[in-house]
Amino acid sequence: MTTEQRLTQVFVELADTLVDEFDALDFLSTLTERSVELLHADAAGVILNDMRGSLHVVASTSDRAKVLELFELQNDEGPCLDCFNSGRAVVNVGLSEARSRWPRFSVAAADVGYQSAHAIPLRLRDSVIGAMNLFSSAVVELTPDDVALGQALADIATIGLLQERAVRQSGLIAEQLQTALNSRVLIEQAKGVLLASSGVDVDRAFQLMRDYSRSHNEPVKEVARRVIERELAADDLRHP
Amino acid sequence: MRTTAQILEAINAEHGSGDSLPGLLCADCSAFMDLSGSGMALINESGHQGVIGASGPLAAQLEDLQFELGEGPSLDASRSNSPVVHPDLSAAAVLPWLGFGPAAVAAGVRAVFALPLQVGTTPLGALCLYRATPGRWDDEGTATAMAYADAAVEVLLLLQAQTEPGSALHPELDEPVTYRAEVHQATGYLSVQASVGLAEALLLLRAHAFASDRPLLQIARDVLAGRLRIQPEEGEDD
Repeated sequence: MTTEQRLTQVFVELADTLVDEFDALDFLSTLTERSVELLHADAAGVILNDMRGSLHVVASTSDRAKVLELFELQNDEGPCLDCFNSGRAVVNVGLSEARSRWPRFSVAAADVGYQSAHAIPLRLRDSVIGAMNLFSSAVVELTPDDVALGQALADIATIGLLQERAVRQSGLIAEQLQTALNSRVLIEQAKGVLLASSGVDVDRAFQLMRDYSRSHNEPVKEVARRVIERELAADDLRHP
Repeated sequence: MRTTAQILEAINAEHGSGDSLPGLLCADCSAFMDLSGSGMALINESGHQGVIGASGPLAAQLEDLQFELGEGPSLDASRSNSPVVHPDLSAAAVLPWLGFGPAAVAAGVRAVFALPLQVGTTPLGALCLYRATPGRWDDEGTATAMAYADAAVEVLLLLQAQTEPGSALHPELDEPVTYRAEVHQATGYLSVQASVGLAEALLLLRAHAFASDRPLLQIARDVLAGRLRIQPEEGEDD
C-alpha cells in the first residue's frame, strides 16, 4: 500500500469514528495510534489544557508510568508547554538544544529511551486547547510534509473534542430546561393542594412555600414535592 | 431543502420584532414547507406542558387542542421519541386520536407530521406540521422537516442557556406554563378533593372539559373557585 492510500484509509477511519456513536476516548486513542504510525514515532499522547491552565493527558499510546510522567512533567517545561505558549508546533529541536532548553525534561525523556520529542498544537481559532505529543527512540527529523500531516491529525482531534464538549453542554442545558419546567409545574400543583387542604389562596400558598424554603435552606421545588406527597401541610409551613 | 443553519439564520434575522423565536421558527417552517401551519410544544415525561409557538390561528388551535385533550401526534412523537406521520386523516377508517383526529379533519388538515425534540434521553417537546393535502412527505420534505426539528432544539437550548443554571425557565418558555398555571393548580386541588394521584386528577379535568365541550382552563377555574366538583367515575375498572 502506498503512503497516500494508507493516509486516505486513516482519514476515512477517523471520519467514521466522528459520525458513529461517538466516544471521545476511543476516538483519541485511534488518533494517537495512527499518529505514531504515520509520523515515525514510538509513542504519542494528547494533552489538554484545562481552564486553570494545567495540562492533562487524555490519551496515550503507552500507559507506562514513566511515559505518563513525561507528559505531566511538561506542566513545568518541555515541548508541549512551549507549544501552548507559542501556539505553534515545536518540532525538530536538536538534542543539545533540548538539553539546555528543557534540562529536567531531557533527562527524563532519555531515561525512558526517547531521543526526539515533538509537540503539535490543537488549535481553535486563536487559542490552543491542547497538543499532540510525539516521542521517538531514534533521532527523527520531521519533514514539512510530516508537520503538515501532524497538524491535520491534530485538527481532527480538535474537531472531535469540540463535538464531544458541545454534546455534553447541550445535554446539560436540556436537563436544566427539564428541571426548571418540572419544578414550575410542581409548584403550581402544590398551590392547588394547599388550597384544597387548608383553604390557603394560591398567592399565600406560594409565599408559605418560599418562606419555608428559605428558612430551611431547601429548594422550593423540594418543598412543593413534599406538599404534594402530604409530608408538609399548611400548618407545618406556617410554624416551621 | 433548507439546512438547520439556514433556518436559524433566517429566524434570528427577524428576532427583535417582538415575536418569540419558537413562533418565528413555526412561521418560517409553515411558509417554506407550504403547510397549513406548524406548532411547537413543551412536553416532558408527565405530558404536554404548553404551546410555545404556532405559525398562525389554525396551528395555535390544534396545538392547544393537543394540550386540552392530552392526546395527539406531538405527544405520541415525544413519548416514542420517533417521528409520527399520518398521511391521510380523512381516509382513515379509525382515526388514531379520538378527539384530536376529527377536530384536525374539521379544521381542514389532511396530513400531520410530528417530530420529537429531544437531547440525548431528555425529552423537551415536539414540532408538528399540519398540511391541507394528503400524502407522505418525500425524502426532501422529510429532511427539511428534520432540519426544522433540529433548529427547534437549538432554539430551546439557546433560550434556556440564557438563564442562570438552577433558576427558572426562560420567559419565552415560561409564558405558556403561566398561561396554564390554573390547570396545574386545579390538578393539585382535585387530587386532594377526589383523593386521586396527580396524573388521574389531570385526566379527570380533561375528561370533564371534553364531555362538557368547555375549555380546560375554564374547568380549572371553576374547580379552584369551588363552583365545580368532579368525582372519579364509579366502575372505572373496565
